[in-house]
Amino acid sequence: MAASDRPKLAVWKFASCDGCQLTLLDCEDELLGIAERVEISHFLEASSADAPGPYDLSLVEGSVTTQQDVDRIQHIRAVSKRLVTIGACATAGGVQALRNYADVADFQTAVYARPDYIETLATSTPISAHVPVDFELRGCPIDRGQLVEVITAYLAERKPDVPAHSVCFECKQRGTVCVTVAHGTPCLGPVTHAGCGAICPAYGRGCYGCFGPSNSTNFPSFIPLLRRDGMDTLDVVRVLRTFNTAAPEFDAASRKELEG
Amino acid sequence: MTHRGSRVLHIGSLARVEGEGALYLRMDGAEVAEARLAIYEPPRFFEAFLRGRSYTEPPDITSRVCGICPVAYQLSACRAIEDACGVVVEGQLAALRRLLYCGEWIESQTLHIHLLHAPDFLGCDSFIDMARTRRADVERGLRLKQAGNAILELLGGRAIHPVNVRLGGFHRIPTTNELRPLAERLRRARDDAAETVRWVAGFEFPDAGCDNDLFALSEPGTYAIESGTPTVMAAPHTAGLPPESDRALPTRAFGVHDFGVHVTESQVPHSTALHSLLDDRRHLTGSLARYAISGRWLSPIALQAAHDAGLGDPRQGTVCRNPFRSIIVRAVEVLYAADEALRIIDAYEPPPRPYADVPSRAGTGHGATEAPRGLLYHRYTLDSEGTVTDAGLVPPTAQNLGAVEEDLRRIVQERLGDGDPTDAELTTLCERAIRNHDPCISCSAHFLDLTVDRT
Ligand code: SF4
Ligand code: SF4
Repeated sequence: MAASDRPKLAVWKFASCDGCQLTLLDCEDELLGIAERVEISHFLEASSADAPGPYDLSLVEGSVTTQQDVDRIQHIRAVSKRLVTIGACATAGGVQALRNYADVADFQTAVYARPDYIETLATSTPISAHVPVDFELRGCPIDRGQLVEVITAYLAERKPDVPAHSVCFECKQRGTVCVTVAHGTPCLGPVTHAGCGAICPAYGRGCYGCFGPSNSTNFPSFIPLLRRDGMDTLDVVRVLRTFNTAAPEFDAASRKELEG
Repeated sequence: MTHRGSRVLHIGSLARVEGEGALYLRMDGAEVAEARLAIYEPPRFFEAFLRGRSYTEPPDITSRVCGICPVAYQLSACRAIEDACGVVVEGQLAALRRLLYCGEWIESQTLHIHLLHAPDFLGCDSFIDMARTRRADVERGLRLKQAGNAILELLGGRAIHPVNVRLGGFHRIPTTNELRPLAERLRRARDDAAETVRWVAGFEFPDAGCDNDLFALSEPGTYAIESGTPTVMAAPHTAGLPPESDRALPTRAFGVHDFGVHVTESQVPHSTALHSLLDDRRHLTGSLARYAISGRWLSPIALQAAHDAGLGDPRQGTVCRNPFRSIIVRAVEVLYAADEALRIIDAYEPPPRPYADVPSRAGTGHGATEAPRGLLYHRYTLDSEGTVTDAGLVPPTAQNLGAVEEDLRRIVQERLGDGDPTDAELTTLCERAIRNHDPCISCSAHFLDLTVDRT
């Protein structure tokens, strides 16, 4: 296909660790194939070639933490036919959303001798707080297989086949013995979105929720399980307030926990 | 002599690095008065929100500083917290940590060599562009990267933000049988890495040098990766030598506990990353520094490849100070990491337990390891309950900024001596000079905005 006939892909970065866009470069087996099917028009981590929009598909990594970001995401939305967010930062504010519970001025003073040099918003917010998003891919970081599925689906103009059930379901599929049942290890699997393939339980630890809340969470019956397995209030709050702290379900459950 | 009037030039974006930054150049006639690499990646405040977390959490949390070198963050955090708790992880558990780190070195250095840096030498925009004419080289790179990722996936659960690292060791350790297929793949990777050294050694390299102190961990007997003592090799000018001198100069070392005494950070108005000095002088960490300080401990196959690639023999005291040649040094390090990973797998005997106990106690601990881009230091203070009350992270890119700025200043100055370069030429030159150092701006912060002020 001639370059001009191919759909245009753009990859954008906001506040993040670069891990989700690296996931695209980690698709070693598919990478050159993808690069043949789409025109990679904007992907700074990988290419100095930078073609102007409009773009058929924009993948957005990272959360919004500055006023310039607020303006930039509006522009990106305006020049993108489809906009898909990748990762916990772009879908739920990321670990940097921990500032949402603090006075950002205190944070600045803790890190910088001259906080007045630093421009930042008091909050870290997901992309969907600012512009309409066509699809949100979960994970900190996202899963390679799911990313390939999402890109392929959008190129074929169909809906991505990304299941919305919980990590427990993936444990069963994988044949992992439940760490909670077998060892009393606290595990966030029952309330966490599937996608990783239930890695942590397979490695003998409880899920710590890096894919964010699943589509149906039942915290009132789940929290007592965590307590039974030895977590106190602070532990429960900490585990909910980590990589998906600004996801509404995790946020509400952690606030409720603190209020007692 | 005619001078251009003052002029402002913007490079929209620095590509093929991680993070966001801008470059400001101020010229005073034919002199470069100032070169400032500004980092405007928005701050993420890790040091602030680590306060109040449990001492078991920083390995998982700090890995999110950087998706390109999460293992470096996990293991520097483990070492620092274990230090606070008075625990040293040894034997096969330490060997498995080194194996995991070898996976990250192979993956991350190969990413930089094949996908980000090599296009500069071949006049391509990207690896995709490069793949049109040099598909075999790109495919070799992808295969190597995959081998690094295979180690991370087996030992860490996944390649980015591995889940299997914990204080004292691992949640689960592999059986000998699980490691065996990895060895097959690594033998192939070792051949690919040796081929990569030959490939990059054939590129054209401008003459250049860096007149900075070099800073890396050292651990006599081995190429320091996951542990060692901070060690400094003096800059050529201290011995009256030219910046590109390939002679090893005297070194000095200090305990990791004294890191903060020697490496001091200051904030500059143009950047969200802190700038640091080592005993009041600019310093450079990363591949060139490691090769200078630990080169003689490379394995025979890596030493031979370095020698054949024209890097000289570090056992005879040869170092490489040409930042453009850092791509060869990285390739040698990938070869070493593949070879070292094989050695560890051959010698592996599963330890009785996956981790050593790390009971919490009040105190401050320090830890440093060699991230692919350079020395990464962590410090934590814990209270008696095991809650983190203070945290400090000093990433390699922040340490290197002063040296990279000096490098840019020198390179532009030399170019000005050869006539009046266009803005486009200057931009290309500066971007290349920056990519030589593989800056990972995410760790403090993808855009280079070049502003040239000519007065
Ligand atoms: S180990 Fe965790 S994710 Fe797996 S079934 Fe049990 S509770 Fe669910
Ligand atoms: S099991 Fe949970 S914490 Fe572990 S990788 Fe999967 S979603 Fe993330």
